[in-house]
Amino acid sequence: MKIKQNIAISESGFLFDPATGHSFTTNPSGLRIMQLLREGKNKSTILEQLAQEFDTEHDTLERDVNDYLNMLNYFKLTQS
Amino acid sequence: MATSKKPYERPVIQRLNAGVTGKFGQPSVTASVSNIDGNSVDALIQQFGSPLFVISENTLTKTYRDAERAFTNRYPKVQLAWSYKTNYLDAVCRIYHRLGAWAEVVSGFEYEKALANGVEGSKIIFNGPGKSAAELEKAIHNQSLIHIDHADEFYVLRELVQQNGQSARVAIRVNMDCGIYPQWDRFGFNLENGEAFNMIEQICSVDEMHLEGLHCHIGTFVLSTQSYSIAAAKMSQLALQIKKQFSITIKYLDLGGGFASKNTLKGSFLQGQDANPSIDKYAEAICSAILKSGFNENELPLLILESGRALIDESGYLLGSVLSHKRLGDGRSALILDFGVNVLFTAFWYDHKISTTQVHGQWQEDMVLYGPLCMNIDVVREHITLPPLNKGDKVVVHNTGAYNMTQWMQFISMRPAVVLIDRNEKPHTIRLRETTATIQAQEKIPNHLTHG
Ligand SMILES: Cc1ncc(COP(=O)(O)O)c(C=O)c1O
Repeated sequence: MKIKQNIAISESGFLFDPATGHSFTTNPSGLRIMQLLREGKNKSTILEQLAQEFDTEHDTLERDVNDYLNMLNYFKLTQS
Repeated sequence: MATSKKPYERPVIQRLNAGVTGKFGQPSVTASVSNIDGNSVDALIQQFGSPLFVISENTLTKTYRDAERAFTNRYPKVQLAWSYKTNYLDAVCRIYHRLGAWAEVVSGFEYEKALANGVEGSKIIFNGPGKSAAELEKAIHNQSLIHIDHADEFYVLRELVQQNGQSARVAIRVNMDCGIYPQWDRFGFNLENGEAFNMIEQICSVDEMHLEGLHCHIGTFVLSTQSYSIAAAKMSQLALQIKKQFSITIKYLDLGGGFASKNTLKGSFLQGQDANPSIDKYAEAICSAILKSGFNENELPLLILESGRALIDESGYLLGSVLSHKRLGDGRSALILDFGVNVLFTAFWYDHKISTTQVHGQWQEDMVLYGPLCMNIDVVREHITLPPLNKGDKVVVHNTGAYNMTQWMQFISMRPAVVLIDRNEKPHTIRLRETTATIQAQEKIPNHLTHG
């Protein structure tokens, strides 16, 4: 999964999609997923990386990252 | 190393709507509540299970005293009567009785509970449209205050007193127009169409019936204090008219209950906490109307109040746990909680205030809260803004003391335990969690369906 090229992501978690004019906000763990996607990481690498950085369990992380990636699709922020 | 990891919060992304202030990035709407009267929510759940009702004796006592003071500061003769249907757990009733409350009951079952809780018969007010002859007989015998609801009850009562030659202390329930719509005219006798006065005339013609009071209960969660002024004025006029016509001095006016608690009615824009009238406003409306109505000072009737939800809602909490976070088809977040409308019956009426137990970051999400029942009606909050909670997180529902622990349903799952935290912050189980055996004890299997 990739984030669309033209989407601007600020360090504070503010996102802007110039194609639609929509803005979004995301929290720190969400922003980290965005950054890793931008770096071209796949889902399993993202999960490993987040598990190292955040204090939580693997199942929780897996479920929440799946949900988050679904929301990125839902908001049409991704490209194949 | 685990200790160097950052605290985790479920990743959330939300679209900002142009022109509408985003809820994200704003300070937390509701502060977290991790402790009730010196007991941590986590410890309570660990010891007594989840979900769990908790009642604070401190808050209950303070609310009672505040209400009593609101009336006694304004009127010389006041008596509160605890409305059993609001919460008839014996431990709760006994606290009210120790604080000085009489009992207000609406069934034979509640009547027996009141007696068992040590209330003198003469301090039990027997209301309601469903009293049986046997129950009335007991109430006559105990010299309880019988509030007649309909003509058929009057005839049964008349027959009983005339048969037994024992007198009964009675009042009638009056309904009237006090600006509340729809008007509650199904209980008691209507004032404006003359029914109430006709019934009084009939009662006065029976030697064994002593008309001691007049009763009304104009509605519930009544937000207009003006309606109480009207009700109190009309009741006073009726008492004065009775004095004039029958030379009977009405000893008490029972204005019922109906005062709003701090809850927020569903669909209301304003938060109940800020918008609902205080008990002082209700007291002012009622007391000044009676004082202005023209009673001789030495014949002022005793003022009885049967407030239910306003006295107990705030002292009740429902603790529960998140079973799952899930995503709805339209992208909204939803939580499944371990309690539903079977336990939190008042979710049908209120947008209950719900807090988290941990301090979360500034991130908030719009979500729906569902219960665990496999039923579409099981919605605890249709819309709420909360931090991104996850499985295992705890929540605290506020203002749940009234009607939940009586109207809860044994439906699909068991009713939870109830814990009272006493004034020394010690928790006591006052109702056990139900088990399968509790339910099965009431069932019988016919012979042809048993095996072997
Ligand atoms: C006769 C009577 N009195 C008092 C109450 C208590 O009402 P509330 O909880 O609204 O104060 C009720 C409740 O319906 C009632 O029917």
